[in-house]
Amino acid sequence: MSAPYAKPLPLLEGLAGEFYGWCKKRELRFQRCSSCSAWRHVPRAMCARCGSFGWEWAPSSGRGTVFTWTVAARAMHPAFADDAPYAAAVIEMEEGVRLVSQVIDCPPDELDIGMPVDVAFEDVTPEITLPMFRRSP
Amino acid sequence: MPSLKDQACIVGVGETAYTRDKTSTASSLTLQLEASLRAIEEAGLTPKQIDGIMPFPGLGSAEEFAANLGIDDLRFAATVHMGGAAPVASLQSAAMAVAGGVATHVLIPAGWNAYSGRRASETVATDVSSMPGGAIARDYYLPYGLTAPPQWYALMARRHMHEFGTTPEQLGAIALTMRKHAQLNPRAVMRDRPMTIEEYLASPEIAGPYRLFDCCLETDGAAAVVVTSAERARDLKQRPVFISGVAEGHPYPADEITNRADIFRTGLTSAAPLAFAMAGVTPRDVDFAQVYDCFTFEALQQIEEAGFCKRGEGGAFVEGGRIELSGELPVNTHGGLLSEAHVLGMNHIVEAVRQLRGEAGARQVPDAKIGVVTGWGDFGDGSIAVLRR
Repeated sequence: MSAPYAKPLPLLEGLAGEFYGWCKKRELRFQRCSSCSAWRHVPRAMCARCGSFGWEWAPSSGRGTVFTWTVAARAMHPAFADDAPYAAAVIEMEEGVRLVSQVIDCPPDELDIGMPVDVAFEDVTPEITLPMFRRSP
Repeated sequence: MPSLKDQACIVGVGETAYTRDKTSTASSLTLQLEASLRAIEEAGLTPKQIDGIMPFPGLGSAEEFAANLGIDDLRFAATVHMGGAAPVASLQSAAMAVAGGVATHVLIPAGWNAYSGRRASETVATDVSSMPGGAIARDYYLPYGLTAPPQWYALMARRHMHEFGTTPEQLGAIALTMRKHAQLNPRAVMRDRPMTIEEYLASPEIAGPYRLFDCCLETDGAAAVVVTSAERARDLKQRPVFISGVAEGHPYPADEITNRADIFRTGLTSAAPLAFAMAGVTPRDVDFAQVYDCFTFEALQQIEEAGFCKRGEGGAFVEGGRIELSGELPVNTHGGLLSEAHVLGMNHIVEAVRQLRGEAGARQVPDAKIGVVTGWGDFGDGSIAVLRR
């Protein structure tokens, strides 16, 4: 049996719980304003563009590009020590929102700004699935 | 319209020794109390005359400072939650307090045992509740291994390199300049340890594109300043340093670093024009700038966003000795967080005061009349003060 998962996990409360609830169903969804159709991430209570409290969890295409990244040559959190060097990347989705993730099939030195990627879900615990990314074919 | 221009002065500064050798056994609070006592005494005041205290977020409460210092009539207690931008932003709040008659003498301390105690590099990764945006970091950054400030800011540094062609050698010019200035500063932890560009480039990657020598020091030490009204300052011991222009600013959104329409628009972008306008000067009039240098790129970016050069031109600006003591804009004459010590930017304010009083010794900027101090914190909050003698 493998060691228990030691890395930090999101708290599944409120809107974060809903976001990760969709991930568990292997669906990447972001909030979309019911009034002005603006996409947003991270989840917020209201639309900063039009002021509406109405929104839905709208499905993302799952496609994006690498916006920027950093190479953690030395882990700054003990739970990531065995992973270093690893890259944490910001992915810009087709919908326009950005999220922090990792491109799990790409060595850090092969990352490039603009590289196309697709979402790839990783079940890290029985409760939590994280949206990771792979290089687009 | 009312303005804070020249309404308040810094009238006392104090510091502990800055160390990085595990000999310090003092707590973060004790270090800050020592620095506070020195600042109060230097101002020609007694602790009981302090009636306002603005502690650094997470490093002590005003009540705790008051209890230790014997201040039995505290009238103003506030903390600005802007991380490393807090000390300079606190100058603004303190100026408001003394100009409005809420308090007479406001103490602003900062300091920590970030080397012999819990290392600075460990704090944020394990204590996201210490900052606005902490819950966002917990839910959307940390699970993916984005856990600490050099990694957050490296995201911006890489974009800057991509969009403007900024080079490692240009970031290195900042690290080398801070190290060079530290050689003239007896207080600097990196005195007697000069650095070459070859050593900089050979230093190991920490959070690419950041190398080890792009990162500030982890040190033990504290500093403090005392702010009072311009009127009251005339009666005190030191030559007053006027807070001529001051402002804080917040990026949008301030609590999330990746979804900004313009990733380089930080708090300083909006704060700097306000502070310069209040002071009635331009970046060209400034004799020196003490820029919050948690990492080399943040210093470069603030030089741009403060208006010392255009966005994208920071890399060229910091080359060729322009930010050295003999250059057109001396930056971090004390060595900064990179080579003096990491005193949360309070050491930048202290150095600015020393320069404007003409007390900076071998590193004195000749006839310095106007200086700028900036702060940077959390996910890009910014603050700036234009100080004059």
